[in-house]
Formats: sequence, C-alpha cells, structure tokens
Amino acid sequence: MRLLAALFWRDLARLLPGMRGGGTLLPLLFFLAVAMLYPFAVGPNPTLLARTGGGVIWVAALLAAILPLDRLLAPDLEQGFFDQWALRGIAEEVVVAVRLVAHWLSFGPFIMLAALPASALVGIDGETLRTVELGLLAGTPGLAAIGIIIAAVTTSLRGGGAALAGLLVIPLAVPLLVFGAGSLSTGGQGGLALTAAISLLLVAIAPFAGGAAIRAAREG
Amino acid sequence: MEACRITATNLACRRGDRVLFAGLSLEMAAGEACHVAGPNGLGKSSLIRLLAGLARPFAGSVERVGMAGLLDERPALDEHQPLGASLAFWGRLDPASVPLEKLGLADLLDVPVRYLSTGQRKRAALARLIGQAAPIWLLDEPLNGLDARGVELVQALVAQHCESGGIALIASHQPFAIPGLTRLELQEYVP
Repeated sequence: MRLLAALFWRDLARLLPGMRGGGTLLPLLFFLAVAMLYPFAVGPNPTLLARTGGGVIWVAALLAAILPLDRLLAPDLEQGFFDQWALRGIAEEVVVAVRLVAHWLSFGPFIMLAALPASALVGIDGETLRTVELGLLAGTPGLAAIGIIIAAVTTSLRGGGAALAGLLVIPLAVPLLVFGAGSLSTGGQGGLALTAAISLLLVAIAPFAGGAAIRAAREG
Repeated sequence: MEACRITATNLACRRGDRVLFAGLSLEMAAGEACHVAGPNGLGKSSLIRLLAGLARPFAGSVERVGMAGLLDERPALDEHQPLGASLAFWGRLDPASVPLEKLGLADLLDVPVRYLSTGQRKRAALARLIGQAAPIWLLDEPLNGLDARGVELVQALVAQHCESGGIALIASHQPFAIPGLTRLELQEYVP
C-alpha cells in the first residue's frame, strides 16, 4: 500500500498539469483548439456542425490522450527507474497499473470538463452533450490504456518511436471510436455499454502488456 | 546484515552479434569485494547487469541470495524535482536512512536534480544506494566525476559495507583501494 501510494504521488506530480514535474496543459489546450478551429474549417453550417460536433470532440479527446505518450514511460526507463524498481522486487505491472491511473487523471477529467465549452463551440444540444460526456467517461480510461500500451511498446525505439506510436494508435483506437462516437448517432445505451466494455478490456490488458514490453526493452 | 552470496557459473554475454566474454565463473560470499577491470567495451557494465538480474545471460547462470543494489551512470532521480523530493521518493520505498551530511548533500536538497554536477549526482545516487540497504552492492564506475574527497568517501563506504558482511563488486578504470579487494580481469574471458 505504501509502495502504491509512493508510486502514485510521484506519477501525479510528474503528469498532472501545473505540477512542477513538467506535466503541461498542452493536451487540454490542444483539445480546445481543435473544437475552436473546427467550425472555421467546415464552415458555419449549424446543422452540419451539430451533427458532426460530437465525433470531433471524440477525435480531439483521442489525440489529446496520446500527446504526452513520449513522456509517459520512456524517461523512467532511460533514467534507470525501472532497473531500480526491478532490483527492489517491484513488478513492472504494478508500476504500469499505477501509471495508467495517473495518466487517466491527468487528462480524462480535464477533457470531460473541457467538453462543455467545446460543445458550445460546435453547437451540439444538451441531450447529445450528455451522451458525449457519458461516452467520454466510459471511453477515456480505454484511451489512457491504449496510450500506456503504446508508450511501453515504443520505449526502446528512440527516434522511430513516435512514428510507430502514431501507426499503432489507429487499430487500437478504432473500436473505442466506433462505439463511443457511434453512440451519438444511435442515441446511447448500447454504444455506451460497448464503449465501457472495450475500455474495461483495454484497462485490464494494459498493465500486463506494458509490463512485458518494458521487460523486453530492458533485457534487449 | 542479511545473508548474501553471488554465484555465477560459466557466464557468457552477447551484445548484438559479438560475444563479449564467455566462461566466466565467479563466487562471492559475505564480506568480499571484487574489482572488475578491463578496457572499454569489454562488457563490465553488461556483467553487472547480468549479476543484478536485469539482463539475461547468453549462456550460464547467476544465482543470487540477498537483494542487489545498483549504482551506475543513471542516478534514477527525477530531473525536474528538487534533490530532497527525489530522494524522498526512494525514502518511501527503502528502509534505511541516508547520511546526507556525510555525503555532502545536506545543502543541496532544494536544488533541482538537473542543476547538479556529475559528482553531485553520483553522491545523490550513493545516497539512494545506502537507503536501499541491500547486502549486495554492484557499482559501475562509482568514482566517475568525484573529487578526491568523494573518492575517499566511496572507498570508506564500500569498506564499511564489506566489514558489516556485505558484498561489493566494483567495475572501474580507476584504482580502488580497500582491504581484501580481489581483482577480476575481464580480458581473460574474451573468447
């Protein structure tokens, strides 16, 4: 318990925006910038904006979630933290699970908050906003898990990592977006439930996939 | 100090296509210290990682009783945090208290780690190592960047560690002077 708390506080200090660990507001500002610029890009057609606005919020949320990927795990591997944890018998899976929670806290709640002004900017109504918010609540943990898995897989690839990370996101994120953003057009329940189910699956897999990837990177 | 022992049998290490060393056997019991020497690129750091269990040997096996502490060129301290906060993180995981005064770190606690010099980082990493209270010390170039007093301090710390029943394995290009130090020439195991 002591161990988990120590890891968790360090992660929060590093990832939360505004803390001195170097976490930034960039994902949040990026999210808002997309919502702000989108109406300019597609033109001021209210029906079109309202119909596509929810989907744009979802895509912006996905991109905001993968922005901090290169800072998520790679620095700890480079600076020898994972070696030191391994020597103390602390499993990579535990570290990755804690990091997953901290990563979600660093963007999930903020994006759900920012979705409120964003929804006004793209002009979607209250009912749709409710579906978007519920969808984000169900889907952002899955986005965080995708981020963690990709960060772990690409830690050992300096330079080429970013490009590969971008490619890896696509297949992993498709199911979440299909059902998450899809719940907007079908009006809810089924889509939200499936989003939550996929999210749960990704969250369950992430610590093990991430832990294995980090061990492979260390021993390689 | 808890019981400790390292036994390496017929160890071989491969880096890429090259076998760095092979047929290395090593046995260390409580209170022993060993200096691993050899030119650059011979696999001193790799040997240390094998003994720490952080890498898998190409051939042979490593048996280790007791926790290993590793000191290498990476201090494992958060660059953006002040030194005090970085060490406090390890303090929450590790059992022993750290003699900050003795290590010359007491005045540096509110300096962010990224502003520390090479020698100061090494001292900070030593603080982390001491806090871990591991019976086996694996030291990769522990004297790099240290001034004359720092070198003396490290030698005294290692000597004290071995006296109290610990094991120390030191890979270094610099001479290391502590009583009872054996020497392992890695050159002899190059295939």
